[in-house]
Amino acid sequence: MPRKLMKGNYAAVYGAILAGCKSYYGYPITPASEIAESASALFPKFGRTFLQAESEVAAINMVYGAAGCGQRVLTGSSGPGISLKQEGISYCAGSALPCVIVDIMRGGPGLGNIGPEQSDYNQVVKGGGHGNYKVIVLAPNSAQEMCDLTMLAFELADKYRNPAFVLTDGVIGQMMEAVELPEPVTELPDKSEWAVYGTADSRHLINSIYLDHDDLERWNRELMKKYAIIQKNEVRVEEYRMDDAEIVAIGYGSCSRVIRSAVDLARERGIKLGMLRPITLFPFPATEIASLPDRGVKGILTFEMSDGQLVDDVNLALKGKMISDLHNRMGGNVPSAQEICEKVSELYGV
Amino acid sequence: MAHKTVLRKPKGFIDVYKHKPGAEKDRTHYCPGCGHGILHKLIAEALEDFDIVDKTIVISPVGCSVFAYYYFHTGNLQVPHGRAPAVATSVSRANPDSVVISYQGDGDLAAIGGNNILQAANRGENMVVFFVNNAIYGMTGGQMAPTTLEGQITTTTPYGRNVKTDGYPLQMCEIINQLTAPVYVTRTSLHDMPNIRKTRAAVRKGIKNAMDKKGFSFIEVLSMCPSGWKMDSVPAQEWIKENMLPRFPLSTLRDISEDTPAVERPVPVMDPDEVKNILGYGALSDSNLTKNPDAAFEKVALRVAGFGGQGIMSAGIALANVGMEYGYNVSWLPSYGPEMRGGTANCSVKIQSETIGASECTEPNMLIAMNQPSLEKFEKIIVPGGALIYNTTLIDREPTRKDVKVYAVPITGIADDLGDTRVQSMVNVGAFAAVTGMFDPSEIESLMSSLFEGKPEKVVKLNEKAVRKGYEYVKENFS
Amino acid sequence: MNENREYPFPEIDPDICKGCKLCVASCPKGVLVISERLNSKGFHYSEYVGEGCIGCGNCFYTCPEPSAVTVYMKDYVPEEVS
Ligand SMILES: Cc1ncc(C[n+]2csc(CCOP(=O)(O)OP(=O)(O)O)c2C)c(N)n1
Ligand code: SF4
Ligand code: SF4
Ligand code: SF4
Ligand SMILES: [Mg+2]
Repeated sequence: MPRKLMKGNYAAVYGAILAGCKSYYGYPITPASEIAESASALFPKFGRTFLQAESEVAAINMVYGAAGCGQRVLTGSSGPGISLKQEGISYCAGSALPCVIVDIMRGGPGLGNIGPEQSDYNQVVKGGGHGNYKVIVLAPNSAQEMCDLTMLAFELADKYRNPAFVLTDGVIGQMMEAVELPEPVTELPDKSEWAVYGTADSRHLINSIYLDHDDLERWNRELMKKYAIIQKNEVRVEEYRMDDAEIVAIGYGSCSRVIRSAVDLARERGIKLGMLRPITLFPFPATEIASLPDRGVKGILTFEMSDGQLVDDVNLALKGKMISDLHNRMGGNVPSAQEICEKVSELYGV
Repeated sequence: MAHKTVLRKPKGFIDVYKHKPGAEKDRTHYCPGCGHGILHKLIAEALEDFDIVDKTIVISPVGCSVFAYYYFHTGNLQVPHGRAPAVATSVSRANPDSVVISYQGDGDLAAIGGNNILQAANRGENMVVFFVNNAIYGMTGGQMAPTTLEGQITTTTPYGRNVKTDGYPLQMCEIINQLTAPVYVTRTSLHDMPNIRKTRAAVRKGIKNAMDKKGFSFIEVLSMCPSGWKMDSVPAQEWIKENMLPRFPLSTLRDISEDTPAVERPVPVMDPDEVKNILGYGALSDSNLTKNPDAAFEKVALRVAGFGGQGIMSAGIALANVGMEYGYNVSWLPSYGPEMRGGTANCSVKIQSETIGASECTEPNMLIAMNQPSLEKFEKIIVPGGALIYNTTLIDREPTRKDVKVYAVPITGIADDLGDTRVQSMVNVGAFAAVTGMFDPSEIESLMSSLFEGKPEKVVKLNEKAVRKGYEYVKENFS
Repeated sequence: MNENREYPFPEIDPDICKGCKLCVASCPKGVLVISERLNSKGFHYSEYVGEGCIGCGNCFYTCPEPSAVTVYMKDYVPEEVS
């Protein structure tokens, strides 16, 4: 496999190109700007569309239009931009339009800073716009996964006709790693049943209006059914040294990279620490987490770069069988492996 | 246009309005005398007459025309409030051979979507925009619109629009006409028969422009909202004439479609082999260098730190690249953002055989310090037994750590002797190779052309020399 | 349509008409009037008085309801009814 050293942000764009994404619409924001920049360099080489929109609001609506026309389409942004996109994402979900949104999280609230945080968790994983909907959320933790999971995001978005997020933080976006470039997708899904191509047989309607209350309730129930299927079929997790783990650290994105180091460090010190890393945040690996108490785990530590947004979901999954502790950093601070090890020792007396 | 022997519901309309809920699928949802209905008919007629019903896509806004999709026998997208021009942009890009119609009210276009219309117009997107100016928010029950006239009473201007607090009625045609790209900008009205016929001509002209890919056409139509204005339809026409015309004069502000070439859009390359070709898969080789089993370091967690402009980032990237070629796992993490604005820069590089966890080197086993502040900041975090390379050209104080191996190297000086300070990053690469034993300088040389892809031969050679000099300096002074 | 009528003439669907009177105001010959009667939706619909139409098409183009007005021109040839 050919390898190339590249930033996570670039890798997402390579993944999009390889997945047959035909257009990119976006507005620059640190630390996601390299997505727009690399898209502006790459897409025109393929005669595909790159357009720097006038705002994130415009960008997501362009995504809506391109998705409605059956294209695989990408946009990328960070916290404040994602907030602006939410209305459009809700429309995409309501109109069952597949599209991929990359969120390279930064510090908040407000303008916050551009350091790495994971504080968009709630606004992304909970379907942050108005109405009843969810988006598929994939959480890469390496440049390789930025490429691979972006490709997977396109596949899942099309499979379920739903927006899909690639959610990560500034560390993964800015970091360079060797990426093994996969084979390009050879066949794109057939969308002729519903997409608008400007032809006689594609006189379709892309719409999220259901005036009749019963019709809208029915549609919402259909969406719920879809999300249940996604929950059943698409959960992905990574486990590291879990076989004999007595204490489990849970984290995603760059946190999971630090946890991995912390696990190795803890093991050197004789502490049986393991890692459970959600790769999908929706669907959330609730079953996998709920089974931890039955696997002999004595302590669960959720580790995130946000104010307890992830630990809430972990505890919801645990249903009171155990309660996860929280260790978190914010403001752009990334914890170190040593810090996690010490936290584990302090909390569990090991 | 051929003479018509019958004027009847145009084929641009759907026969039975199947998307309309309820029983009344044979009539519109519009109020009696509403201008939207008249404009719809003119559009639908043109689509039939030009035989483009099949290839037209209509964007329905939010406003009373939110349900335009009930009626047009075309592809339809209903879109968020104000965003029709943004959606129409990507629809037109995705289907460059289709005729894209963006239909908007005054609140939609001139208030919430004000920037979107300007930007689409400014890009010269290939679309025709129908802008229904009825000086009010019809759908939400008659609130003030950006086009509401001075003194006009609406449900949110119960004392009349006060220009001192509410601003002046926006003249969108005049604003759009300030832009370079649009090809056709006109304002017409539905207030009497001659003007309805002029509107018909404008509709046809705009649609023709979109068919011929002439770019952006903007047609503002002064239109009755008898319900919002709380009057009958015929007096509403009179009201346009008396009140709207003075503020919104009817004229064609621009018509340059004749002299404008057709918009051209590229055909996307989707063939997998061609995609790989363009991405340069052929030039990317698998790692073919062998790791040195006798290296002094088997894994490196390195910080490179100094001023911006000292090649800090590029030294780190070059090392990661070389490490990758040896088959190591590598990661490179820059300090990014405001930190860099302060003029200092640092990056973390990891090179190791095992999977890499954290990419930030919080406990590096090697530091390359290019200036005094960097030495002070990072010296203390090196693990005992680690290595410290420091740039004696710019640092005159000795490191304080005694439990690490110190390499005093005049990095900047070596680069300057070579005639170009910028090669200090590669001096560092050479020094790193000598300290760690992980890389062989002649093997690095074999990678130079790919590391400096696209750079002139002279630059490549100079950097090659820099690697060699850095390597030799360490070998000669610290073996 | 009514075979006995003299071309040109307008045909107004009394049930679709919303009684806005725009057609009445637009008719150069004044041959359209608003009916005393109400249609099923409660509108006083527009009616052709039966003669005097010159086929100018004004009523068609000014009517906001797509299928309320049809105007048959002088040279209209009725389609074969199969
Ligand atoms: C984001 C958002 N804000 C507000 C609304 C409510 N809203 C619906 S239509 C409308 C005004 C429409 O007025 P205009 O564009 O002039 O259309 P008209 O009905 O007059 O044709 C408003 C404010 C909405 N649907 N979405
Ligand atoms: S409220 Fe005004 S714009 Fe809306 S349908 Fe009625 S007349 Fe037309
Ligand atoms: S076609 Fe002209 S003359 Fe005949 S009824 Fe209509 S408006 Fe009057
Ligand atoms: S214009 Fe149409 S809706 Fe209005 S009165 Fe005439 S026929 Fe009826
Ligand atoms: Mg309006």
